[in-house]
Amino acid sequence: MGTDKLKVSVWRGGEGGAFQEFDVPRHPSQTVLDAVTYIQRALDPTLAYRFACRVGMCGSCAMTVNGVARWTCRTHVDEAISGKGEISIAPLRNLPVIRDLVTDMRQFFDKWARAKGRFEGKRTRSDEFETIVPENENRKQIDAAIECIGCAVCYSACDVVSWNPDYLGPAALNRAWTLIKDERDTRTVERLRAVAGDAGCHSCHTHMSCTEHCPKQISPTAGIAGLKREVSLALFRGVL
Amino acid sequence: MNVKAQTGLWIAQRASAAVLALCVAVHLATMVYAIRGGLSAAEILSRTRGSAGWLAFYSVFVLAVTLHAPIGLRSVLNEWLGWRGTLCDIFLCALAMLLAGLGMRAVLGVFL
Repeated sequence: MGTDKLKVSVWRGGEGGAFQEFDVPRHPSQTVLDAVTYIQRALDPTLAYRFACRVGMCGSCAMTVNGVARWTCRTHVDEAISGKGEISIAPLRNLPVIRDLVTDMRQFFDKWARAKGRFEGKRTRSDEFETIVPENENRKQIDAAIECIGCAVCYSACDVVSWNPDYLGPAALNRAWTLIKDERDTRTVERLRAVAGDAGCHSCHTHMSCTEHCPKQISPTAGIAGLKREVSLALFRGVL
Repeated sequence: MNVKAQTGLWIAQRASAAVLALCVAVHLATMVYAIRGGLSAAEILSRTRGSAGWLAFYSVFVLAVTLHAPIGLRSVLNEWLGWRGTLCDIFLCALAMLLAGLGMRAVLGVFL
């Protein structure tokens, strides 16, 4: 396998760029990020791409691999390769391309802020810790959604984001859901207002692309459904 | 349109969908049952004219359509044509009134 070649098409340039082909040596357990790194280090040092941890923690290496948004450091070439033995690697969809495989993530993180994705508790550092037992039902729902690494795979996979640029997207809504379920947080009503309506949870079509592609097996769709319930209840209670 | 109104539209569309699921099932089942042995228009009218029950049923049906269709079309226009804002909502209100008018005209046509 060490002498086999892998044909890799890599996006070059900005929005109006094109794919460029490279031959990369195959190795056992080779990841897509390994292939990209080989190209940059051995074939073309001008290739722009992002990575940091290489172990699926930082969320910085997500790209579109053979048309599917993936975390490239934990995606083996063997599982991503096409029937013709080729791989195409492009930047994430739904985000402006800066150059080659690097996207501008600002709108993605700005939407986390718009969704009130910051925890605000009521206690100070001089108070005791608030105890929330592991069996707590709200805590269990947070546990199911909290491991997001901010890779934007869900945002790239979401059709609603491509149709409605104002839509907050799965990751920001998932973050808001974890805070709404957090009994220590104090901004629930404000957050429900931020995530309601056309730009928020009510635009989700439940296509479940985010859930299908999330590398951390989170289901933002479930969180968004929860937000729809909470927002509706808030409206009926007259607090929205 | 504020988020309260947008949330209200979302709830109205889900609620009207539930009503429509029932209404469409009753409507289709009744039609299949009523015409199984052959039934003329005059015979149908003899059953619907003056029937408060059918008037109420089809009025609810029309109301559900009036709510459901324009709200759904709003998402289609927003997402596929990028048409958003007040003018789009005014157009959809006009469409809702048209659907209500045509629907109730048909309902009253078989009731009166």
